[in-house]
Amino acid sequence: MASIDSAETGFSTDLPPEIAAEERRAPGSGPWRIALRRLRRNKVALVFGVVFVLLVALSLSAPLYAKHIAHTTPYKNRIADTITVHGQQKNIVDFDGTPIGPTWTKQYFLGADRNGRDVMVRLLYGGRTSLLIGFGASLITLVLATFFGLMAGFFGGWIDAIISRCFDVMWAFPVILLGVALGVSLNLGGITVGPLSLKGGSLWIPTIIIGISYVVYLGRPIRGQVLQLREKEFIEAARAQGLGPWRIMFSELLPNLASTLLVFFPLIVANAVLLEAALSFLGAGVQPPEPSWGVMISEGVDLLTTAPWLTIAPGLMLVLTVLSLNIFGEGVRDALDPRAKIRMEH
Amino acid sequence: MGRFIVRRIIGMILVMFAVSILTFLIFQVIPNGDPAVRMAGKNSTPTQIAAIRDTWHFNDPIYEQYVYTMKQVFTGSLISYSDQTNVWQEIKKGLPRTFALGIGAAIIWMVLGVSLGLYSAVRSGGFSDRLLTVLALIGVSMPVFWVGALMSYYLGYKFGWFPNGGYTEIAQGGFGQWIYHLILPWTALAILFVGVYSRILRSNILDTINDDYVRTARAKGISERQVLIRHVLRNSLIPIITLWGLDFGLVIGGGAVLTESVFNLQGVGQYFAEAIGRLDVPPVLEVTILGAFFIVLLNTVVDIVYALLDPRIRLGS
Repeated sequence: MASIDSAETGFSTDLPPEIAAEERRAPGSGPWRIALRRLRRNKVALVFGVVFVLLVALSLSAPLYAKHIAHTTPYKNRIADTITVHGQQKNIVDFDGTPIGPTWTKQYFLGADRNGRDVMVRLLYGGRTSLLIGFGASLITLVLATFFGLMAGFFGGWIDAIISRCFDVMWAFPVILLGVALGVSLNLGGITVGPLSLKGGSLWIPTIIIGISYVVYLGRPIRGQVLQLREKEFIEAARAQGLGPWRIMFSELLPNLASTLLVFFPLIVANAVLLEAALSFLGAGVQPPEPSWGVMISEGVDLLTTAPWLTIAPGLMLVLTVLSLNIFGEGVRDALDPRAKIRMEH
Repeated sequence: MGRFIVRRIIGMILVMFAVSILTFLIFQVIPNGDPAVRMAGKNSTPTQIAAIRDTWHFNDPIYEQYVYTMKQVFTGSLISYSDQTNVWQEIKKGLPRTFALGIGAAIIWMVLGVSLGLYSAVRSGGFSDRLLTVLALIGVSMPVFWVGALMSYYLGYKFGWFPNGGYTEIAQGGFGQWIYHLILPWTALAILFVGVYSRILRSNILDTINDDYVRTARAKGISERQVLIRHVLRNSLIPIITLWGLDFGLVIGGGAVLTESVFNLQGVGQYFAEAIGRLDVPPVLEVTILGAFFIVLLNTVVDIVYALLDPRIRLGS
């Protein structure tokens, strides 16, 4: 759930005295400049921003790690094999089904899962999948919410009525229930809509489901903001110049929404990554053997009593990713619009 | 005020109607195999399949199927495809468990969220405030099923301090056992909300603490404690209570699926999760519709209560 309940939108002028004083010292700086300066002073947010970038880089380098360091793939099963760790021969998967624990060496750095697959390799590949879905879904949310929010706010009348009622209905749906139901059935049968065809198991399925689930949380605040903006003089001026409605929406209104979108984006990504994990945990998101952090936790929970690292490792990656996005996102919010009270919830 | 309530209730009914149609359509359009073929089993004849289609009204036009299905949902006579059990009876078995989980967790997160938020605001900027902020952000960033699984393993299985999942009826094990079995699920579910609520309350309090009416209260000479509790907190709590109603609706209306599954509580959420595993449409449909209805109902109640408390709302809209 998300809301902006500050009466003010866009850039705030009501600031703590010490920041206001500093900003007076730099006359003529644009609002973006000021925001950037504020963000740069927020060391905690920056550190976590860097952590997030590192996590992304690490995930993107998954194929390199798999090929050159671990010499395996995320799908390669080695149930009956043995490896030599510090001069000792060990079964990768023991006779009772317990996989080998972290070896802290190149192969099986974080141990194996029950199929004898390298957990570290799957963790990196899984991060790639989770982040890809998180970003993809957030972009879908961003585009749809901006479009419908702009339409509803700008045109008003029956267009607004229809879009707002649709938002009401979406608001009422239990996201997890619907996401799980859609995810499971689409993954089994796939779906074909016109020229678009999705096979079951495609990563697009969870991406689209998650992307659509969050549209209303961003669409409503955007609509509210457009309602306020369209009464401003610059829109009247644009109208007087004879600009068409689409032109006004996309070249006059959209730039004024940029700070809201920027504030929301990291928070939506964080929640999308969490929702992906939840759907995959319930078997409705990413489909095994494809790794994602949610899939890995779901597979790990079955072996929790004998191999807890299978659950702990992907969970820690997930928490670290979401935490760094949340903290960085708060930093962006404080820099752009300290008074906005934005809340996302899964 | 009467007109406001009537308008909200009409709106609620319209949204519920739309929700029921949408849910029904989603499960019609989605290709999940022909249910008649699945029900008939492996060695079925075309006549058997046709007979099943007939008894389950699969051949009727779609709007008639909708009316038929809704009638079944609301008379409690919907039957599961896979084991032919009555869906409403199964939901009724799970409801007390889901409510026990939701209500307990809601009380915990409200009490903890408000006290930590208040404490954080009073100590604003200090070490404990920063520590609480960090903890709240970590709480918000943890997936409930992961926390639940780890709690259940370490505190339940490994150290043996708590039962390793499961639910005990009060009638069977007594009140103590009931609480004992619910402590971990309550905590796991509440963590996220404690983080959210404490941070919202903290910023609400800090927003109002310099308002004129607070200064007036101070000028009257009442103690700082009284100012905080009777004036600042009272005003800052209104949005929190609104949120509480909405979030409670979300938890009961579907948010508890993950917690129930991890702790094996056998509530409505877990019933849903197991039904979707079998691709059993009727339970999935009924739980989704009833969950959405509960959310819409609570949203409306919250709106009305909020309007009763704050006249600006009903005059504004």
